[in-house]
Amino acid sequence: MKVLVLISNVPDTTTKIRFTGDNTAFDESGVQWIINPWDELALTRAVELKEAGSVQSITVANVGTKATEATLRKALAVGADDAIRVDTEANDAFAVATQLAAIAKDYDLILAGIEASDYNGAAVGGMLAELLDFNSVSAVSGLQIEGDTLQVNRDIDGGSQLLSMSTPAVAIVQKGITKEPRIPAMRGIMMARKKPLNVVAPVGADDRTSFVNFELPPAKAACKMIDEENAKEIITLLHEEAKVI
Amino acid sequence: MNFELTEEQQLIKETVRDFAEREIKPVAQELDEKAEFSYELTQKIGELGLFGMCLPEQYGGQGLDTLSYIIAVEEIARVDGSQAATLAAHNSLGISPLCEFGSEEQKMKYLPQLCTGDGLWSFGLTEPGAGSDSRGSKTTAVMDGDDWIINGSKIFITNGSADIAKGCTVQAISGEKDGKKIFTTILVEQDTPGFKAVPMHGKMMWRASDTAELFFDDVRVPKENLLGSIGEGSKIMLQTLDGGRLSIAAMGLGCAQGAFELALAYANERKQFGKPISKFQINAFKLADMATKIELARNLLYKACWLKDNKKPYSKEAAMSKLYCSEIAKEVADEAVQIHGGYGLMKDYDVERFYRDQRLLQIGEGTSEIQRLVISRQIGC
Repeated sequence: MKVLVLISNVPDTTTKIRFTGDNTAFDESGVQWIINPWDELALTRAVELKEAGSVQSITVANVGTKATEATLRKALAVGADDAIRVDTEANDAFAVATQLAAIAKDYDLILAGIEASDYNGAAVGGMLAELLDFNSVSAVSGLQIEGDTLQVNRDIDGGSQLLSMSTPAVAIVQKGITKEPRIPAMRGIMMARKKPLNVVAPVGADDRTSFVNFELPPAKAACKMIDEENAKEIITLLHEEAKVI
Repeated sequence: MNFELTEEQQLIKETVRDFAEREIKPVAQELDEKAEFSYELTQKIGELGLFGMCLPEQYGGQGLDTLSYIIAVEEIARVDGSQAATLAAHNSLGISPLCEFGSEEQKMKYLPQLCTGDGLWSFGLTEPGAGSDSRGSKTTAVMDGDDWIINGSKIFITNGSADIAKGCTVQAISGEKDGKKIFTTILVEQDTPGFKAVPMHGKMMWRASDTAELFFDDVRVPKENLLGSIGEGSKIMLQTLDGGRLSIAAMGLGCAQGAFELALAYANERKQFGKPISKFQINAFKLADMATKIELARNLLYKACWLKDNKKPYSKEAAMSKLYCSEIAKEVADEAVQIHGGYGLMKDYDVERFYRDQRLLQIGEGTSEIQRLVISRQIGC
């Protein structure tokens, strides 16, 4: 089975978010870029399945400029066999899905993180399945491969489903798909530089959305410490200040 | 001039940081408290590929450059001095002399198992009566037929007595010429009869690393265990210590970086007189000084690595790096405790461990005084 793992290049989760151009653009200066954490879990699961013998090859793909290549290189160090970078800015979900659809049709299984930790759009995986006319399941927290069939665990309210799915398919994965993201060993990092990273030209795709304005969430209010003996004050504050009771 | 790390070095830095945060940080305080050497962590460090980083691939290493290795030590030390000590000593003092001076047979015999985390190798130089004055050693090696007979003892030997210790590179006096001692270096495997390794307890710092006293009582090893040639001991020692200085410097740099980050986070969180204490100029300037010292230390150390990787003389810069990085580790850890106030004196706070761990760095692998001696000779004093 040939697997494609979609890799989103996102700011480190500890990044201090700032904006430029009168709050119309994200300030990328000094930002450390990482593999989107959900994509990292998807990649780890793909590597585990390859080690178990049920996956023949793993390709990672990303839509982005040359600056995203370090992130792809890390994915290669974790265990992907080759990488594809579609050479254009990743502006909105539909444009990204359209670019990926142009390179993804020959794969049996596509793994996408449930969302990316930057804009949390949660859209690319579903759009890509639709564009390719592939089966698709979202919120996948467990994945096994039996021959050409996928056994998929999916979290639902109050329980979980076990689904059987034929390929080609898109599995949109979330936490639980693997224990924790794999840390590349030094040997993997050394090998990554020799693995192919193919740059392909973009197809024509129009953005359907654009950013008008960014706004930071309001600062968290300070924590108030109340004496444990003073239950009355807690109730008054919850009622009048927090307005939760 | 290019001050940027390569893509590969940057990835190594991120990877080792991730590993240290995920695997070492949660257990560092407890291991320190119990003075427990962690075989599990040593195994994981081996699996990550940090043992033998600069060793050629045919011996089980990774074939990486010195700077990549130094970055790895720095990142481990940023979280825990003990694990960094195990890593740095094994690479710089255990593996390095075997690789540099070993015969092909010795390399193939010992090195592969030392890169996996399954085995550690130590470097026996310091003796109870020979610290800075290493020529004052008393351990002897005498030829008897086809064997060397070793007698004497070594002290403060990192990785010398762990259950997975495989052996030691021992510096011994093998004779005398024109009234001068001849130093020779010999490999002694851990299970050789007459060789005893005793763990040293009651350490102030690096409590989760293994430190040993070694005793040699008529230890008989075959003549093939000679490392390099007879009389080459001093050269092997000096060259090994040059490389070792870089890793101790990396430990100082990492320790300073870790203590600084703890102090900055605490200063931004801790409020007194109605605002975070980082907003008081006296603390803000302290933190600014700490960050400046760390930046200077990093630039000096990375330059020394660059010299080594480019096959240029680096002995002076290695001594300067070891001196400066270990001295600023002391200054930064001290101010970091000061910023933490009373909490900085409590074991629940990591900064307390950093304050203790830094204290070895101005003493081990050549004291600050010896580094100044090395530098002063190099600059023509």
